[in-house]
Amino acid sequence: MSSNKKYWKSVEELNENSSIVETLQQNEFVEAIPTDEFLGDKESLESSSTSRRDFLKYVGFSTAAASLAACEGPVIKSIPYVVQPTEIIPGVANYYATTIANGYDFASVLVKTREGRPIKIENNTDAATNGMANARVNASVLGLYDNLRVKSPMKGEEAISWDAFMSGTTSKLNGLSDDKQIVFLTATMPSPSTHKLIAEFSEKYGNVKHVVYDAVSESATLDAYQAKYGKRGMANYDFSKAMTIVSVGADFLGGWQGGGFESGYAKKRVPDHGKMSRHIQFESNMSLSGANADKRLPLKPSEQRLALAKLYSYVTGNSVGGANLPEALDAAVKAAAKELSKAGSNAVVVTGIQDVNAQTVALELNEYLNSKAFDSKTTINTRQGSDKAVMQLVADMKAGNVGALIVNGVNPMYTLPNASDFAEGLAKVDLSVAFSMKQDETAVNCNYIAAAPHNLESWGDYELKSGHYSMMQPTIRPLFDTKQFQEVLLAWNGNSTSYRDYLKSVWTADILNGASFNKAVQDGVFVSANPEAEILIDSSSDSDEETVETPSGNAARALAASAKGGAMELALYTKTGMGDGQQANNPWLQEFPDPITRTTWDNYLTVSRADADEMELVNENVANGGLNGSYANVTVNGVTVENVPVIIQPGQAKGSVGLAFGYGRTSDALKKEMKTGVNAYPLYKNFNTVQDVTIKKASGMHEFACVQLHNTLMGRGDIIKETSLEIFNTKDKHVWNKVPEVSLNHIETPVTSPDVDLWDEFDRSVGHHFNLSIDLNACTGCGACVIACHAENNVPVVGKSEMRRSRDMHWLRIDRYYSSQDSFEGDNEKKENISGLGSSLSEFGEMESPADNPQVAFQPVMCQHCNHAPCETVCPVAATAHGRQGQNHMAYNRCVGTRYCANNCPYKVRRFNWFLYNKNDEFDYYMNDDLGRMVLNPDVTVRSRGVMEKCSMCIQKTQKTILDAKREGRPVKDGEFQTACSAACGNGAMVFGDVNDKDSKIAELREDNRAYHLLEHVGVKPNVVYQTKVRNTAKA
Amino acid sequence: MLLLQEFLQTCFFTFLMKKSYQSLEDNSTINMKQVIYRNLTSKILHLGFILLLTFSTSLTAQDGDPANGKSLFNTNCAACHKLDKPMTGPALRNVEARLAEDEGLDRAWLSAWIRNSAAMIKAGDAYAVKIYNEYNQTAMTAFPTLTDQDISDILAYTAAPAPPPPVDPCIANPGGPGCDQPKTEGGISNDLILGALAVLFGLLAMALILVKRTLNRFAEAKGIEAEVKGKPLWKAFVENQFLVLVTAIFFLLASGYFVYGYFMQIGVDQGYEPVQPIHYSHRIHAGDNGIDCKYCHSSARVSKHSGIPSLNVCMNCHKSISEVAPATLAEGKEYGVDYNAEIQKLYEAVGWDGQNYTGDSKPVKWIRIHNLPDFAYFNHSQHVSVAGIECQTCHGPVEEMEIMYQYSPLTMGWCINCHRETNVKVKDNGYYTKIHEELSKKYGVDQLTAAQMGGLECGKCHY
Repeated sequence: MSSNKKYWKSVEELNENSSIVETLQQNEFVEAIPTDEFLGDKESLESSSTSRRDFLKYVGFSTAAASLAACEGPVIKSIPYVVQPTEIIPGVANYYATTIANGYDFASVLVKTREGRPIKIENNTDAATNGMANARVNASVLGLYDNLRVKSPMKGEEAISWDAFMSGTTSKLNGLSDDKQIVFLTATMPSPSTHKLIAEFSEKYGNVKHVVYDAVSESATLDAYQAKYGKRGMANYDFSKAMTIVSVGADFLGGWQGGGFESGYAKKRVPDHGKMSRHIQFESNMSLSGANADKRLPLKPSEQRLALAKLYSYVTGNSVGGANLPEALDAAVKAAAKELSKAGSNAVVVTGIQDVNAQTVALELNEYLNSKAFDSKTTINTRQGSDKAVMQLVADMKAGNVGALIVNGVNPMYTLPNASDFAEGLAKVDLSVAFSMKQDETAVNCNYIAAAPHNLESWGDYELKSGHYSMMQPTIRPLFDTKQFQEVLLAWNGNSTSYRDYLKSVWTADILNGASFNKAVQDGVFVSANPEAEILIDSSSDSDEETVETPSGNAARALAASAKGGAMELALYTKTGMGDGQQANNPWLQEFPDPITRTTWDNYLTVSRADADEMELVNENVANGGLNGSYANVTVNGVTVENVPVIIQPGQAKGSVGLAFGYGRTSDALKKEMKTGVNAYPLYKNFNTVQDVTIKKASGMHEFACVQLHNTLMGRGDIIKETSLEIFNTKDKHVWNKVPEVSLNHIETPVTSPDVDLWDEFDRSVGHHFNLSIDLNACTGCGACVIACHAENNVPVVGKSEMRRSRDMHWLRIDRYYSSQDSFEGDNEKKENISGLGSSLSEFGEMESPADNPQVAFQPVMCQHCNHAPCETVCPVAATAHGRQGQNHMAYNRCVGTRYCANNCPYKVRRFNWFLYNKNDEFDYYMNDDLGRMVLNPDVTVRSRGVMEKCSMCIQKTQKTILDAKREGRPVKDGEFQTACSAACGNGAMVFGDVNDKDSKIAELREDNRAYHLLEHVGVKPNVVYQTKVRNTAKA
Repeated sequence: MLLLQEFLQTCFFTFLMKKSYQSLEDNSTINMKQVIYRNLTSKILHLGFILLLTFSTSLTAQDGDPANGKSLFNTNCAACHKLDKPMTGPALRNVEARLAEDEGLDRAWLSAWIRNSAAMIKAGDAYAVKIYNEYNQTAMTAFPTLTDQDISDILAYTAAPAPPPPVDPCIANPGGPGCDQPKTEGGISNDLILGALAVLFGLLAMALILVKRTLNRFAEAKGIEAEVKGKPLWKAFVENQFLVLVTAIFFLLASGYFVYGYFMQIGVDQGYEPVQPIHYSHRIHAGDNGIDCKYCHSSARVSKHSGIPSLNVCMNCHKSISEVAPATLAEGKEYGVDYNAEIQKLYEAVGWDGQNYTGDSKPVKWIRIHNLPDFAYFNHSQHVSVAGIECQTCHGPVEEMEIMYQYSPLTMGWCINCHRETNVKVKDNGYYTKIHEELSKKYGVDQLTAAQMGGLECGKCHY
């Protein structure tokens, strides 16, 4: 029966005499449609020569033409070589050993090239000199294809030829008056041949100075070492030989002293025969090292000085004086000292305090302990800058004493705290030349820009550690009209040999000692027979006049006395993704989530919860899931950086704040989207990373692009399984790594039992069955795997606003969790003890916020390749299906984008292409120009809009390995199967392989006592295995 | 009805065309035979010439056997020398006489040069140095093993006068075997017969209609009532709803079938045969000359791409083959192509002036025929090296293709079918030993197909 209800459309209807209601009843539209305006104009209609018939003809013709054109397939041209180089076979990758050395990162790497294009950087496993390729090194291949590179030499704004450049600069150099210096301002370049070239240059021109400048300086370390050992360098640390590690403010898993220590560290973090190293960290910012520590103590930077001095005193027994530490801290320092003494030569102490005294104390402590991990003879050469020399240079320039300034690989206009002084000085220099890949802040202010090639287009040699040489060779012809620094130096020196030949002659004469040069090029590394004896680079030659104080035994006392700080201290640091900021135009790195804050496309002020409350700084999640944070103005010694976004960082020491370098660039050498964050360098007074600071809240809220909303585990111990070394050693596996149970007919049954399975079991015993093991103990969260995955699988970059909407495309993410109690164990207990509704409401609420000094855990998560995959059963078009080899396949061309699979995935690892990310001006990152697309891996489909994608377990790589074996007619060897992430992991945290090969490492790891599956109770039987995290917390 | 008529007509025409096409084929095979004959005749002619010359010159020159000389020349000299054209080295026709006349150099000089030219250059012999410099200082291979007799044989061969320009034997000898009917006439004759038949049928039909009409007229005139027909057939048809329905359904289904067929062939480029920038004949190279596919497409063994050979591969042979044999040239005329001109195109692209690389090269922009979509991964080496499949399995009778075309549809169904039917070649391949043993036990078969090996899984080709 129909209802007689009358529905009101508007309040106007209450008014019976409303004219509007009346009109609306008659007409559909309130106002008449102005057809008359068009049709009423008889004149224009008649004067129009297009008749209705013509119109129809045109429509008909264009429709027909369009459909005809659509039927025609495009003609595709194939253009072979005229003369094919013998080493290139289209479709087969070539690998070259070379070096990435950009002044901040140094690594011996393998470069994968396809059809002559470098497309990926991999670890050179033969080169065990120092660490593995980190995230920034992995990403540096994209810098080669940067559209904003300088494409030819320039004089001011104008592009010139190299001939013009050479004649212009040479005449200027020759015309300089004798009392004016020629200064080379370079990044750290431990290159024997370059140093020789500069020496030859000095011989020719006289009055030449070479100033080495590190944007983020380790000058104090170098000074301390020089004072103690008489040679400029940094002591080498091998953490694989240390069982007890005490770090005071040293982020040695990050950028500390050039980095590269993580592989050694990770080796001893995996319990082996009941033993693993113990790591105690005193620090102010939450760093990667702190996050991995067994025991972490948040201290203000000034307290760190005192703590280090006290540590010295407790270990050696000498009194150091100074103020007293708070009682709890003092106890912790004492405990650390006790552990150090007990471990003796198995212990090592490191510090990141930028103070000669502090560094000296660390050296002395290690000598005192006779630490095996500490090697004072083999120096690390990857930081050589001298603050004093740089300051002297700026003064000289301002005084007009510098005739020519030749800048190579550094960008002082951006990185110097007193950039304006430098600019002033630069104006007084007669000739300024910048060797640069970009028209960056410094280059645009120089007379000439010498277009420099990328590392992958250059020759070079680097003595990374004394006696450990790394060779750089070009992997592609220069893309642009570029010449490297050394080539130009040779020309200035009047030497007509090519740099390659010059390099060869230097190596043959001084380094190789009869060994083959070609072999050295092929290996990419050369270790001299007697590494310690050779000192080719004497970088102290230019700083002879400097008198470095020798605090020796008094260093600790001096350190203790200097331990004074303001109410709020700023600790400047470098982020894992951005480093010193020279790769700021690299979209992979911009989109790389910071391992600690999980924030992309930004830097920010990290503030402790207590300080934030005091200053009324807030972080909040808004409706779309995005994170918003207050702004603050940060003032150091009169210099203010305004509107710095604030992130409340659990674990930040109260009274301290942190801010990262490398952001806030404004130069046109960057795309608009990459000009993110604020510049922290102006606060880097006197090259000291610690500054007294005042923070003031500013108005407005900043929109972060943070990829993780939920920071605590809420006591769900089955996501990250954790135990202590003591329990691990003494208790049965079922205590600390219990298989979850589900109720079957009121009987608790292990979830692995076939009785509780909804699915039929597949037979996976024949052929390959791939598994990936991830050791949570060895994983430091460094993120090299994330970038490697980016490069291997053509993962698009989506930009800040899309990231904020949680539309990130990373196939591999590294989740970071904080404990809400002091430890994750505490969380579990708290959850277990919750009873009743009231209690659960309040206590679960509490568990959402992390502790002030939480435990931290990292967990790389990618597609788990479930044997009983929930995504596969819900796909309406069978676009995702299981392979016999254990991989969950994704057929992009079949996918229609319903996203059911993503909804049904318990691990949330499926990524949806909301937009077309390639050849789309809205996403102008790297897939939008021909140059950027050269980095794409030709073996992996570039996905289009509207399809789902996810980790394929690098099926293109496993297939290739299988094919290689088939062609050679042999079984696949263990270790041959690799994914991009497992190959990139220098820590050995990720192991990939075939579990049906019973002798393989992965088969062993799968059956390991520590092995568990993520969310095992769901029963999806993943092919990714995690190894329970064991913390060495028993002794604390 | 009109439609139907048209349809029938089209069918008829297609039939006609097919017919003529067949006849074309027939003719070409006949022609192939002709070619052989022709070659033979010209060979005999040449041989005759040579024999004649041998006897006539044997009196004056030292006795050399030009026949043996020819074979020696082809084995030792032809890589760098031609008789009438300079190549890497100078042209050698009448070299002995020429040297004697122009330079006053005798046989001894020549022998010394042939046996060790480098020594002569080193010794500073004026003419030796001159020649050496003239030909880019390319040292001539020394032939110390050639005996005096060998050398005189070769010289005898070079002393033979140039053969007259090739004459088409059919022109020279119209009545010769295989010269009876030019190809084109054969085609027309067939068409003519069919055309005549068609006209005949047409006339017959006309006649019948005329006869019928006349008879009707007679009947009318004689007042005989022709039997009154019922309804015309079409009316009856229209009124029979069942028939209409069946016909409608039939037409719907038929059109559905054709529309489906049309849509399914979109993007399938089977038979795609584009005009290439250089008319390259696989028939001559892979067919007549029997060059292995992988000689040029060498990366098929190791790479996912079979690879279009770079021009330096062409030049391996074409450095010395600048012209095709006259017979081949004549064959080219059938396809409307001048092979020699095509070789010149190659020289232009690679920058070869007949003796040297000029360095001025232009890559050839071939038009790609086989093109899989980007989301499908195909690896040649898997099929060629591991499975040992003949190239022809997918690419068709390439050795018969004058112009390359896409033989297979390259659709997914086509791939899958083959994977279902083809057995994996596991023999003597260490990779398969274990998996074959286990799988064959599992499936209870002796031979495993690619599908059983997992060759139908999505992720094997799509990633």
